[in-house]
Amino acid sequence: MAKELIRLDNLTKSFGDNTVLKGLSLSVHENEFITLLGPSGCGKTTTLRIIGGFEKPDEGRVFFEGKDITDLEPNHRHINTVFQKYALFPHMNVEQNIAFGLKVSKKSDEYIKEKINYALKLVNLEGYEKRNINSLSGGQQQRIAMARAIVNEPKVLLLDEPLGALDLKLRQEMEYELIRLKNELGITFIYVTHDQEEALTMSDKVVVMNEGVIQQMGTPEEIYNEPQNAFVADFIGDSNIIDGFMIHDKLVNICGVDFPCVDSGFGENKAVDVVIRPEDVELGKPGKGQLDGEVIHNVFIGVHYEMEVMAGDYEWLVQSTTSHPVGEKVSIKVKADNIQIMHKPQSKDEEALDLDV
Amino acid sequence: MRKIGKGLYIALIMFFLYLPIGFLIVLSFNEGRSMAAWTGFSFHWFEEMFESRMIMDALYNTFTIALGASLAATAIGVLACIGLQAMGYKSRQSLLTLNNIPMLNADIVTGISLMLTFVAFGISLNYETIMFSHICFCIPYVILSVLPKFKEIGDNTFEAALDLGATKTKAFIKVILPEIMPGILSGFLLAFTMSVDDFVITHFTRGAGINTLSTLIYSQVKVGVRPTLYALSTVIFVVILIVLVLTNIISSKREKRRLEL
Amino acid sequence: MYKHRGFALPFIIMIIIGTLVPLCSIVFYGFTDDTGNFTIENFLAMFSEEHIKALIFSVLLALISTFICLILAYPLGLILRKSKLGKSGFVIFIFVLPMWMNFLLRTMAWQVILERNGLLDHFCQFLNIPFVEIINTPFAVVLGMVYDFLPFMILPIYNVLKSMDEGLIEASYDLGAGKFTTLRKVILPLSVPGIISGITMVFVPSLTTFVISNMLGGGKINLIGNIIEQEFTVSANWNLGSGLSFVMMILIVVSMVIFTKLDEDGEVNLL
Repeated sequence: MAKELIRLDNLTKSFGDNTVLKGLSLSVHENEFITLLGPSGCGKTTTLRIIGGFEKPDEGRVFFEGKDITDLEPNHRHINTVFQKYALFPHMNVEQNIAFGLKVSKKSDEYIKEKINYALKLVNLEGYEKRNINSLSGGQQQRIAMARAIVNEPKVLLLDEPLGALDLKLRQEMEYELIRLKNELGITFIYVTHDQEEALTMSDKVVVMNEGVIQQMGTPEEIYNEPQNAFVADFIGDSNIIDGFMIHDKLVNICGVDFPCVDSGFGENKAVDVVIRPEDVELGKPGKGQLDGEVIHNVFIGVHYEMEVMAGDYEWLVQSTTSHPVGEKVSIKVKADNIQIMHKPQSKDEEALDLDV
Repeated sequence: MRKIGKGLYIALIMFFLYLPIGFLIVLSFNEGRSMAAWTGFSFHWFEEMFESRMIMDALYNTFTIALGASLAATAIGVLACIGLQAMGYKSRQSLLTLNNIPMLNADIVTGISLMLTFVAFGISLNYETIMFSHICFCIPYVILSVLPKFKEIGDNTFEAALDLGATKTKAFIKVILPEIMPGILSGFLLAFTMSVDDFVITHFTRGAGINTLSTLIYSQVKVGVRPTLYALSTVIFVVILIVLVLTNIISSKREKRRLEL
Repeated sequence: MYKHRGFALPFIIMIIIGTLVPLCSIVFYGFTDDTGNFTIENFLAMFSEEHIKALIFSVLLALISTFICLILAYPLGLILRKSKLGKSGFVIFIFVLPMWMNFLLRTMAWQVILERNGLLDHFCQFLNIPFVEIINTPFAVVLGMVYDFLPFMILPIYNVLKSMDEGLIEASYDLGAGKFTTLRKVILPLSVPGIISGITMVFVPSLTTFVISNMLGGGKINLIGNIIEQEFTVSANWNLGSGLSFVMMILIVVSMVIFTKLDEDGEVNLL
């Protein structure tokens, strides 16, 4: 198991009346690409800033390689940050920006020159040394911000929603770039975003946060396929979250019908939340499945058809490449291992987000 | 510890700025003429000040000139901004450079040049020449306050108003004017202040007999008639204080209303 | 579509009669003598011993005052940038207030303090030391200049520091720079426009003042501003006065160009 690099111990932080972090504990290991994922205000950026040293927690400690760095100033930490708005120095050109950290640590001119060349090559911007910052596009500025940070060979790189300002195609390109960089440099990446696609694409580990509390931590597959509460289920991907009744282990009752499933340990005759991904709902002829219903909505969005089926008093969200027209009578079937059972939310932060549209 | 040092520094600078003014204010209530010996509390210098024909005339001149000049400068300046928007880059830049000249030039040069012009054309120096000169140096301040506001106007709001049936004048009043109004007000205020505070230009363009506050003080200080001037200082200070407090309250109320919306 | 070039006409007229014609008047008077014949005597007069001395002296005092204003205002701006006080409109209020007080009254106030029988005199008597004669010395004039023009240095510097992107400063710390290095490499270079603004608004009035030197210098301190003013009021030698003013004007334009050039390439080299 890789060495533990950073440990956050019970961090609590408030801004005025707003408690942003509530006793957050987290462990980050060497060479990991770990993403803090959550909606605005969940505390992910604050956590990042505490690791970087730009905020001090009200309670709790931060450990780096075993040493307590909670009160250490940012300029003394072997951690570098890629800021959300890049924060490139407008009065310096590209190479002066990149060289900044190296100059501060008084590296020799040859060393600096070598490093700048290496960094620009790494981010595919060779030849841009003398360019003016303002003449660069958003994507280019982002890569220079990356170069400026990594050239100092930090053990940990903090990234605060760096892809937010880029358009879709560019963002997807940059996601692959970041993975490549991480593998080439062998640095630990701590990444913050509200975009689940970024999180699932790039991370080794995803930490889903809401209201200052960690909701779930795991690999992208675990988070996606086995959400542990309504919030995670709803935040990641699309879901059907249905009220159900656990009859006994491996059997759950939804909409009045018994569905075999693979989860156990939820007790007998207990109310639970049932999560079924829209792509796992199989539609067939009426009577041939577990539950009958009628298609009430159908939209073609390119990748698949997005349909809603009214069955057993619940509007099932269904995604399929086969279209079933509105009004058609259908049956619903779900494989046992595509049914995920969750406890009902214990607190408000575990509930699915309610958007006021 | 550091915080105490910082607070001390701010306090020192504030002390430095306000000590002389405070001193004058205190002296204005002093019974005697002495500059340092307190002989008792009295309002009589204030009485003398209000009774002084010279001071009251000068006050009157100062404020009427300032008002007239800033109104005229504001009108000319706002019209200029509208016109400047319609010009190409080159003409606009050259006009703006010319516009900056009165501001960048030392006021002694501006004052002298205006005086020479008046004399050369046989115009005698009087109230009107002062007014004209003030309009001249006030216009740049108005333009500098209003012009940036034009950049902040939404791109198509004027066209949207026309599209919805408004006439050009109505659209201007309802759409453009509110957007530039903060600039107009601050430009007007700035022009007014610069005019009230001016000494050098007035000094050269006034001729004999007319005094504004500044020129009066200058001549009086040499002669040695002081204590009424202390009273004047107090009155001016109080007026400025009230004006600044009021504008601050009004603008913070505006901010609150904006945030609530 | 409401934009029409014609609206700028009153403005253009004002520029012509209010700025261009007067400038021509100075040139005209400056390059003629009292009989109306062309001469460059008035122009060259600036380089006579008496005038050059006064000019150099004025430049010196103006530079000193500007420098003092700068080193007083910059730390103030830095402190206010971070403090809660600085964030409210309170700063504008407190430091702008003196600016609105009549400039002559403020100068007169120092006269009252520094003169015999004034506050300073009584203070000295209280301490049993002989009267410290600051009045009628260059020191008093510099004091007056700093006092009168300090707010004009504070405002632009405060404005530029207040609106500086906090992210840049955090980035500097993140890359390993301490407080002082960040000040030197990031904050200072980026605040140069404000500094230039402030310098311009202090240097030019200081250089050309005659009021401050009159009131706080007695008849003893003769700056170039005094000399020029006297040509018009006392000596009635308008041609000479105009010639000297013309040279002054050139000088000011040259120094402005120097200051703005500093903005472009001076600062980066200074590091």
